[in-house]
Amino acid sequence: MQEFLQQLVNGITWGSIYALIALGYTMVYGILRLINFAHGDVYMVGAFTAYFAARLFGAPGPVSLFAAVLVLLLAMAVSSLLGVVIERGAYKPLRKSPRLTMLITAIGVSLLLENLGLIVFGADPKFFPQIVAPRQIELGVGVLVSSHQIIVLSVSVLLMVALQVVVLKTKIGKAMRAVSFHREASSLMGISTDNVITFTFAVGSALAAAAGVLVALSNPKIDPLMGIMPGLKAFVAAVLGGIGNIPGAMLGGLIMGISEVMVVGYISSTYRDAIAFALLIIILLVKPTGLMGTGMGEKV
Amino acid sequence: MRQFLFILGAIAVLFVLNLVLPALVNPYIFQILILCGINIILAVSLNLVNGHTGQFSIGHAGFMAIGGYTCAALTYYLGPQIVERATSIGLPPAVSGITFFVFSLLAGGAASAVAGFLVGLPSLRLRGDYLAIVTLGFGEIIRVMILNVEAVGGARGFADIPGHTNFFWVSFFVFLTILVVRNLTTSTHGRAFISVREDEIAAEALGINTTNYKVLAFVIGAFFAGVAGGLFGHYLMYLHTNSFTFMKSFEVVIMVVLGGMGSITGSVIAATLLTVLPEALRPVKEFRMVIYAALLIFLMIVRPQGLLGMKELSLRTFRSLPFRTEKSKSRQGESGAAEGTNKNAD
Repeated sequence: MQEFLQQLVNGITWGSIYALIALGYTMVYGILRLINFAHGDVYMVGAFTAYFAARLFGAPGPVSLFAAVLVLLLAMAVSSLLGVVIERGAYKPLRKSPRLTMLITAIGVSLLLENLGLIVFGADPKFFPQIVAPRQIELGVGVLVSSHQIIVLSVSVLLMVALQVVVLKTKIGKAMRAVSFHREASSLMGISTDNVITFTFAVGSALAAAAGVLVALSNPKIDPLMGIMPGLKAFVAAVLGGIGNIPGAMLGGLIMGISEVMVVGYISSTYRDAIAFALLIIILLVKPTGLMGTGMGEKV
Repeated sequence: MRQFLFILGAIAVLFVLNLVLPALVNPYIFQILILCGINIILAVSLNLVNGHTGQFSIGHAGFMAIGGYTCAALTYYLGPQIVERATSIGLPPAVSGITFFVFSLLAGGAASAVAGFLVGLPSLRLRGDYLAIVTLGFGEIIRVMILNVEAVGGARGFADIPGHTNFFWVSFFVFLTILVVRNLTTSTHGRAFISVREDEIAAEALGINTTNYKVLAFVIGAFFAGVAGGLFGHYLMYLHTNSFTFMKSFEVVIMVVLGGMGSITGSVIAATLLTVLPEALRPVKEFRMVIYAALLIFLMIVRPQGLLGMKELSLRTFRSLPFRTEKSKSRQGESGAAEGTNKNAD
């Protein structure tokens, strides 16, 4: 029981990171119907920005809490800028092309970022400085939680709540929902769809960068190809929850993280990468639009 | 009769090329040539699923892996025994070895086809991106499962596979794939495939069993991917699951989209281009993949419909090939002369 609870805590931590990345996928998909494969690499860029920012602030020596927050914000800002550049440069010229063309372009952007990363950052892994001192805290029943896990959880919950507020309560959020409901109609209603799309990319990329920093904090080895697998799995999580659906992405991310940690803990770590997909296939066979997705009736 | 003679002639030409080519070009160029052939098989077969039938599969590497490993396991474990038996009844080992290799290739293809059937089944319920992610997941599951099978080397990779693949077999299967896909798509069945792509509901309303055609496309596509996997394994004489990650599947999808969805010649051109390009960019060293990726983005923005769109390259040369339609029979005489020269160029 104690071991199970420990695994559950680890799973929820890992899952909230997947959820943060999955949010970017699901928002972009909701608005553009595009699987943005470059999203995982934006996450990588976020981690590297934080790495360089932390070194700037004096890491690996001790860093103040203020500096640590600044590192996170800086990474988010740089990544959202990158997201906007990608959107304007690569996807915007393709607004009217077939969706597959956009998808291939997204794969191209992903390859470009990875290989640029290999040149700029070097292929050997970098060790992310411990900008927050690791400490173990014991919960009641012998379950250990590290300070990093608490940071991961609290930051991701904070960001998710902030996102919900933006999407549900603000004007731009309303515009986002309108565009994802029907792009042409919302553009006829006077919404600048291009600006909304750009904003969506900025927000999604910032969330991915935050996930990158949080991962780097708890698993301090970062390299230019670190975004491939988490990116893919986060996408699977988004599909699992029903792609285009924001609470669905959070749920999907959590399920993904927990099941992965459980498989590693109880079965074998070699099946770690397979479980995500097996789970996905089973869920999609039962509910073809994902857990929380609403099926769109096909019109003739 | 004429067609039969033509095919015999083509096989003879390939056979001669097979003997002459390794001596003429250096091994590096030769290897690129072989890989081009394997990629063409992959791209043309995926084109049947993605291009003609309008389904969206990004798990082609998984099928390739099944075929490759099945084929390699057959020739590795059963091959020596079969050859021994054959020698004892008087067949030369070379003949029996090659025969068994071709049999194994087909068996690998068949194993992939069964897997293709299993993946094709969910396409009854899933559409578009949901189907895509299931095929992607399927490919990854296959890879992880093979990684855990010790009999085929597991994480160490499958070494000491006999090196049966040569220019003849690669080009033979390239032609076979193109022939099958091309004949299939220009037949009544082909119209059905295309109707599923254009409008599934309308196709269903016209009495086309769309489910059947979707699964059929998956099965045929997977079969040839399996054959390509077999050729790949027996060329490198070594297989590792790292060759069959989802990046390989993406590579094939890129070939299909870049060539133009539903254009066979487009797939051939794009497969060749994308195999040669990374090699041609070797002089720029570490910037190689950066330029490759940038070029890909550039090509997609400039030609969103793919290099050839939905068209086929030069219909006239196709008319002169043996799989001509009724209409073109009258042209036989004039195009007959062109046949030989065409083939030699290949």
